[in-house]
Amino acid sequence: MFTLIGVPPQALFGQLLLGLINGAFYALLSLGLAVIFGLMNVINFTHGAQYMMGAFCAWMLLTYFGVPYWGALLIVPILIGTFGVIIERLFISRLYHLDHLYGLLLTFGLALIIEGLFRRQFGSSGLPYANPIPGGTNLGFMFLPWYRGWVVAFSLAVCIATWFMIEKTQLGSYLRAATERPDLVQAFGINVPRMITLTYGFGVGLAALAGVLAAPIYSVNPVMGANLIIVVFAVVVIGGMGSILGSIITGFGLGVIEGLTKVFYPEASNTVIFIIMAIVLMLRPQGLFGTPK
Amino acid sequence: MYWWAALFLAALAAPAAVYPVFLMNVLCFALFASAFNLLIGYVGLLSFGHAMFFGFAAYVTGHMVKVWGWDPLLGVLAGTAVAAILGLVSGTIAIRRQGIYFAMVTLALSQMVYFFCLQAKFTGGEDGIQAIPRRPLAGILDIGNDFVLYYVVLLIFVVAFLTIYRTIHSPFGQVLKAIRENEPRAISLGYAVDRFKLIAFTLSAALAGLAGATKAIVFQLASLTDVSWQMSGEVVLMTLVGGMGTVFGPVVGAAIIVTMQNYLAGFGEWVLVIQGTIFVITVLLFRRGIVGELLGLTAQSHRARPAHEPAAATQSKAPAE
Repeated sequence: MFTLIGVPPQALFGQLLLGLINGAFYALLSLGLAVIFGLMNVINFTHGAQYMMGAFCAWMLLTYFGVPYWGALLIVPILIGTFGVIIERLFISRLYHLDHLYGLLLTFGLALIIEGLFRRQFGSSGLPYANPIPGGTNLGFMFLPWYRGWVVAFSLAVCIATWFMIEKTQLGSYLRAATERPDLVQAFGINVPRMITLTYGFGVGLAALAGVLAAPIYSVNPVMGANLIIVVFAVVVIGGMGSILGSIITGFGLGVIEGLTKVFYPEASNTVIFIIMAIVLMLRPQGLFGTPK
Repeated sequence: MYWWAALFLAALAAPAAVYPVFLMNVLCFALFASAFNLLIGYVGLLSFGHAMFFGFAAYVTGHMVKVWGWDPLLGVLAGTAVAAILGLVSGTIAIRRQGIYFAMVTLALSQMVYFFCLQAKFTGGEDGIQAIPRRPLAGILDIGNDFVLYYVVLLIFVVAFLTIYRTIHSPFGQVLKAIRENEPRAISLGYAVDRFKLIAFTLSAALAGLAGATKAIVFQLASLTDVSWQMSGEVVLMTLVGGMGTVFGPVVGAAIIVTMQNYLAGFGEWVLVIQGTIFVITVLLFRRGIVGELLGLTAQSHRARPAHEPAAATQSKAPAE
């Protein structure tokens, strides 16, 4: 057995793949946060809970209605996205004229409610979700499970599609314009409040999609979102929310760094992203891809 | 001043009617929430990571009193000092960003402290530090007796509360309020805004640490719950319910939430749902909190003009970062 930089390549590439998968979730979630924040100036604390709801929704569809994974991949983001639209109309839209901190407090409260209800119903231990593409292939230097490869490739495709939609299409140009000057865009006859509502729904849908992708890898449990969202906040602070492409790169990059830390210095693997955040804040407070105000 | 004297007398007499450990719990959280309020209410900074000072100070105090055999007084002081240092370091990092980012950064930093406490040897991991002895305070005062300890905790609370009150009503406090209202203008007037923020953050962290250290002595326990993000959320809730930017709001909020938790302890996961519901209702319907709304009512009846919006709301026109 040969070794690479002092560790067996199986372990190294295995953790690297795991890092990429975590990175895919960071990217999807921080992308949703960034899109929502850009237009609404609300940091969506419920994001983690919505990710968890996505995973549970896929589990329930499979267990109660026999809807397979591939169906859930399509249905769940729409269902949870609609739920997001209702939340936005009922609660968040009432706070736009106030300080943004109230939006944060409100969505934090909503996250507590959702998490509490799911814990009440399903307990804190995880529920298993069967892997839809079992098996894998031996690449020579490592074993690649099909499903994990699929998660990385599919998330990357979704991220790039989102980037394309926002940066290159007409709809995206409306969105970017409304981010800069909502009043002016509204004066041109575009229904900005509806756009905000749909954007929130879209961001929530992305979180739910990440939840479905996560279901076969991690056990489906009510606290899966709460712990993840804090790391995603740190990712967002590191990348800065100004750029879509920046969110994607930062998400994947930090996932890989976290994976490598697990190989070389496992004690720090939980904290490495927070440490990077502290360093970035000292050197470049606006974030790697942020623009100084 | 009659008010204050009446409240103080009531606090002195309270253990005759109410279980002293419950009262001490309320006082610890009232102090914690008041320390938190110093930041959100008077500097306009929402820290979502105050549990790191509260919980970490509890660990330090617990370790020094239990393992090193220190006097509880020294233990509490050491816990407070360590919280102040932690506040200075994390404050230096956090004040690099404002508004929502500040909340996210403090949350992330406190999660880092949480993981540190989970892995470090001296904290006892999942078990925490249990059975912290209540040795005689300063070698003479028998704090094994709940009634004696209550008056010690009351004294700590009163001293810390007056410190906060004095800070808010000093020239230093006026500058803090100026920063809250309009930071660019405070800068243009020549104030070293970052230094003011850092001092306020460190003071708030130290007082939160004092609360945590005291709680460790009262309950003889320092655990992961005290450093978790849920604890940070709880102190936000207490302050919000009582009234951000009011002197007595956090005390009222702490009393309400602690009482509620006492009665709801048997309901398990519903506590989370109820807390979340209170968050949502407060934010949507009475953002000024209980004390804030009451002050608003009396101000209206006295002068027949609307009272001030609470701290954070006044910034709504400030540009997003």
